[in-house]
Amino acid sequence: METVQGTQIDSLHTHNHKVKKRNVLSRLAKNKIAFISLWFLVFVHIVVFIGPMIWTVDPEAINPTNTLAVWSLENPLGTDDLGRDVLSRMLHGGQITLLVGFASMGFTVLLGGIIGATAGYFGGWIDAVLMRITEAMMAIPNFFLALVALTVLGQSPVMIVVVIGMTSWMEIARVVYGETLKWKSLEFVEASIASGASALRTLVGHVIPQVIPTIIVASTLGIAWAILTESAISYLGLGIQPPTPTWGNMLQNAQQYIWTAPILGILPGAAITIVVLAYNFLGDGLRDALDPKHIK
Amino acid sequence: MLHFILNRLWQSIILIFIVTIITFFLINLAPGGPSSLMRMDASEEERQALITRMGLDKPVIVRYGEWVKDALQGDLGVSLSSGQPVIQRVAERFPNTLRLASITLIFSVIVGIVLGIIAAIRRNKMSDYVVNFFSVIGLSVPSFWLAIMLILLFSVTLQWLPSSGVASENSALFEQFKYLFMPVIILSTSTLPTIVRFTRSSMLEVITQNYIRTARAKGAREFIVIYWHALRNALIPVVSIIGVLIPRLLGGAVIVESVFGWPGMGRLIVEAAQGRDYNLVMGVTVIVTVIVILSNFVVDMIYSKIDPRVKNVS
Repeated sequence: METVQGTQIDSLHTHNHKVKKRNVLSRLAKNKIAFISLWFLVFVHIVVFIGPMIWTVDPEAINPTNTLAVWSLENPLGTDDLGRDVLSRMLHGGQITLLVGFASMGFTVLLGGIIGATAGYFGGWIDAVLMRITEAMMAIPNFFLALVALTVLGQSPVMIVVVIGMTSWMEIARVVYGETLKWKSLEFVEASIASGASALRTLVGHVIPQVIPTIIVASTLGIAWAILTESAISYLGLGIQPPTPTWGNMLQNAQQYIWTAPILGILPGAAITIVVLAYNFLGDGLRDALDPKHIK
Repeated sequence: MLHFILNRLWQSIILIFIVTIITFFLINLAPGGPSSLMRMDASEEERQALITRMGLDKPVIVRYGEWVKDALQGDLGVSLSSGQPVIQRVAERFPNTLRLASITLIFSVIVGIVLGIIAAIRRNKMSDYVVNFFSVIGLSVPSFWLAIMLILLFSVTLQWLPSSGVASENSALFEQFKYLFMPVIILSTSTLPTIVRFTRSSMLEVITQNYIRTARAKGAREFIVIYWHALRNALIPVVSIIGVLIPRLLGGAVIVESVFGWPGMGRLIVEAAQGRDYNLVMGVTVIVTVIVILSNFVVDMIYSKIDPRVKNVS
């Protein structure tokens, strides 16, 4: 009897989920700016990840006789202060920026998701402790702590991902916490508990799937945030170190050459801006599509 | 009320201590910490001198205890790079950051609330879309890059504004304004969009309430309904986000001060970090933490005063 009830409940709510998913996609397609952003992002990722296979110039090869050159056939976007090919640096730098963005977002969502879901689901003192920590983390100057951590722990990509994650999980924890609280009092969750499922099983099998739409929105906005943070850290010289290019550290020297070669400053920043903008528009669009009742 | 205040104050003090513990242990236990200042080729005497100077022969917990004892007496140690007391170096920079951050906050609160109201009362019309579009852009542009672009426009091309630095103290107001203009605009991109969005949604929530319908029904003019009945209540939650914005404002100041060569605490921490001046890094972080947490405490107090529901919940 237990299992029958369980499967019925399961199939009921997966069914709901499928219907919802189709609606979400069609609603997203109606939101022009979000839909354009989605396709634009697909395009950028293809260019950045496939591009270097076609444009095989070494992004770290220095050429002292050809510095700060304007565009030519050999260097379609010109060269930088050390004579390195800007196009190649933009492509390779984009790869690293986007990968660091993805990894940081993944770590942020994992951390925030676990903390939020645990606090919301178990309640009581676990809730009190975890949510106090979350509030405390929001009330301290995170960016300063991040700079301190990167100074003493070194600037490897892994460390940058960890530091960005550790200082930006709070927003996601709060959103997931709120959602978990909302879902855990509903009948199908109570049914799962009543039928003897363990806390972990109920949480992972019934509550988390309901929270996934929220997590998707948060992740999309989280990538945008992570890319911005990484570029700021790189600009200050505490991010991934040259000669390895990232869009952020390409801007490190740009200010110096703003009078002579402004293009070096314009390109990487414009790339960061439009990618972050697209992720933000996509995230906003997804939120509206997933929650049509949200005041617009 | 007294109980509530004491409770919040107590929490703030604990939080300050936790941050000092994290920062201190991070700096002193990490492989790149003070011990890394010891070069491989250093002679035995040099090593010994550094160890005694920095107290590295004592366990880290003892050093933390001594640091707290000194800090409570206002002594944050000596800057390793300049030899001046840390507190003096921070005091030189503090007024500049205070000026930049407070002008930015006032600017973004006023402009943010006005734009938020416009977007809310003209919901789903052109002006709402324009305001919304620009707040998403504000959230998406890397501030240092926007700063470089403004320098390119106002300093390089038009030559209207100085590209960096700060006006001397006794210069004319217009001169001061010229140096402040770009830094304030850039720093406000970290706070303005949030205030706009928050005011808008708070205003929309209030407008649908019954007492607004009552006000309209009794024949109050639309202007009075919006600016007298609705706005008063819509602004209450806006106060609460100012607490969240203060850490962001100081984080943003790190970037803005670095781009514009503004001699404040944000640039000081970057200089300290790049020069591995650990005492200075620790000192600046702690002072910024105290400022942020205390201003959060003040915002909380104001909020509980204007919205009595807060006190009852917590």
